[in-house]
Amino acid sequence: MKRRFRLRPALVLCKRNLIKLTRTPEQLIDVTLQPIIFLVLFLFVLGGAIAHGSRHDYLEFLLPGLIGQTIAMSSISIGQNMNADIAKGVFDRFRSLPIARSVPLVGAVLADFFRYLLLCVILLGFGYALGFRITTSPMLLLAALGISICFALAFAWVSLWVGMTVRTAGAVQGVMFLLIFPLSFGSNVFVQASTMPGWLQAFVAVNPLSHLVSAVRGLLLGGPVATQIGWTFAWIAGLLVVFFPLALRGYIRRT
Amino acid sequence: MLGVMTELAIEATGLAKSFGETKALAGVDLAVPRGSVLAVLGPNGAGKTTAVRILATLLRADAGTAWVNGFDVRKQPGKVRESIGLTGQFASVDEDLTGTENLVMIGQLLDLSTRAARQRAAELLAWFDLTEAAGKVAKHYSGGMRRRLDLAASLVGRPQVIFLDEPTTGLDPAKREDMWDVVRSLVGDGSTVLLTTQYLEEADALADEITVMDHGRVIAHDTPNGLKRVVGGQRLTVRPTRTERRDDLLEVLRGISGQAPEVDGRGTVTVPVDGDDVLPDVVARLRAAGIAVEEFSLHLPSLDEVFFTLTGTRSQDNDEKALV
Repeated sequence: MKRRFRLRPALVLCKRNLIKLTRTPEQLIDVTLQPIIFLVLFLFVLGGAIAHGSRHDYLEFLLPGLIGQTIAMSSISIGQNMNADIAKGVFDRFRSLPIARSVPLVGAVLADFFRYLLLCVILLGFGYALGFRITTSPMLLLAALGISICFALAFAWVSLWVGMTVRTAGAVQGVMFLLIFPLSFGSNVFVQASTMPGWLQAFVAVNPLSHLVSAVRGLLLGGPVATQIGWTFAWIAGLLVVFFPLALRGYIRRT
Repeated sequence: MLGVMTELAIEATGLAKSFGETKALAGVDLAVPRGSVLAVLGPNGAGKTTAVRILATLLRADAGTAWVNGFDVRKQPGKVRESIGLTGQFASVDEDLTGTENLVMIGQLLDLSTRAARQRAAELLAWFDLTEAAGKVAKHYSGGMRRRLDLAASLVGRPQVIFLDEPTTGLDPAKREDMWDVVRSLVGDGSTVLLTTQYLEEADALADEITVMDHGRVIAHDTPNGLKRVVGGQRLTVRPTRTERRDDLLEVLRGISGQAPEVDGRGTVTVPVDGDDVLPDVVARLRAAGIAVEEFSLHLPSLDEVFFTLTGTRSQDNDEKALV
């Protein structure tokens, strides 16, 4: 007999994760300091060589890309944390309670919503200070935040799956890096795909991060977005359909 | 069959579980009548924790059946989880949350309203003498406080069946007595308790029946009195100040007990006795004989002595419990 999933227990465990987050704020480095470092690195160190022209033009190109890239990077911690967390006694307690098996995982993902939101706000805020301006509308800004966070919450299940599969928290990082590096560099995050060789352009064209970043660029700076949004949501659905059951199965096996 | 099921809060037949090569359980039967306390007595590695984890739906048995509160642990784990409270050997509390936050979280997960969960948390914290520490993060609790918080967490939902896995291991004697009082009052409220322990003294103090386990098997099942009849009741241990007087001491103790005393390497003499009533008599006779003593105690047989009597071999404290 399987217990039906209900939202309230997941929200209760979401709150648990948020309380833990406020008690160990250093867990927020990957959504606060890390995006700023990437922005500074690419804009000021590499930007001159990459962009040839004006730094401001490159900032406009780079910032939406970095939202996609740093969101993928910061999904690593949910898999790492869960990998360490399930070894603790309190998970025995959760499993002896009449709640659905998926509840602790869903609760963790829901809590991550706030981390990703913080990441977007920090990147956009820091970008604004450097001269980045949204040229569309507040509604489209919200849409950009929405699609970015939706993507992040779906991608978090990949990290959770890895976290439930590999043995140590350190290994989660290693595996996720292997995955995220080709996704973030083999994309239109940092440079136009048209500068790359044909075979790489083919990869960029199907890369989910490319679709997300194109959609966010359009939403923040104008231009057609419908197709890219469609592709992004197709990827979100695909990630959920594949990795939610995989992560859950890994969790049940593990505990 | 149905009638039997409703009378027994816990019923397990032929439970078997292996971890790789290690047979943790090799066909275990357990039966606990509603409203009673069963103590499962055994050394580390006997399979006590594995049995509890199977009954609490945390582990699946390789073979055998188990019913808890009338529900099949394999087919109706959700129903079983609604009926039980579990306190593990290692305190299952969230170390980053405060005492209150821990208990409120459990209450909410059990579908209490937030208000009711807060009320229940305050009630339990008061009962377990944790009100002052309620706002402190659990990682700053002492071992005993953590145990109490853990037990409180398992009682939030007023479970009908409570599993206590070595609830007093690592507690000092005063805290142990407190824990015993808690168990007694739970049973007074009509709960059924299955507790595991390594102490015959604890089993004797709390249990209606005792199941003795060793190497994944049940090697004895009896009431405390029945078991004590088999393994002998209390032991009187005396160590004379001067070893030259040992023979006189042996004479006195033989006179009291009617059985031959045992002497260990340190000159300590142990003899089985019938009960506490012999104490004044022993003291009077020792004084009359002018024998000064350094150590004088009355106690139940240790787990080691119980095992020696039941199996003829000393219990081995193997490390299979690492498998939990």
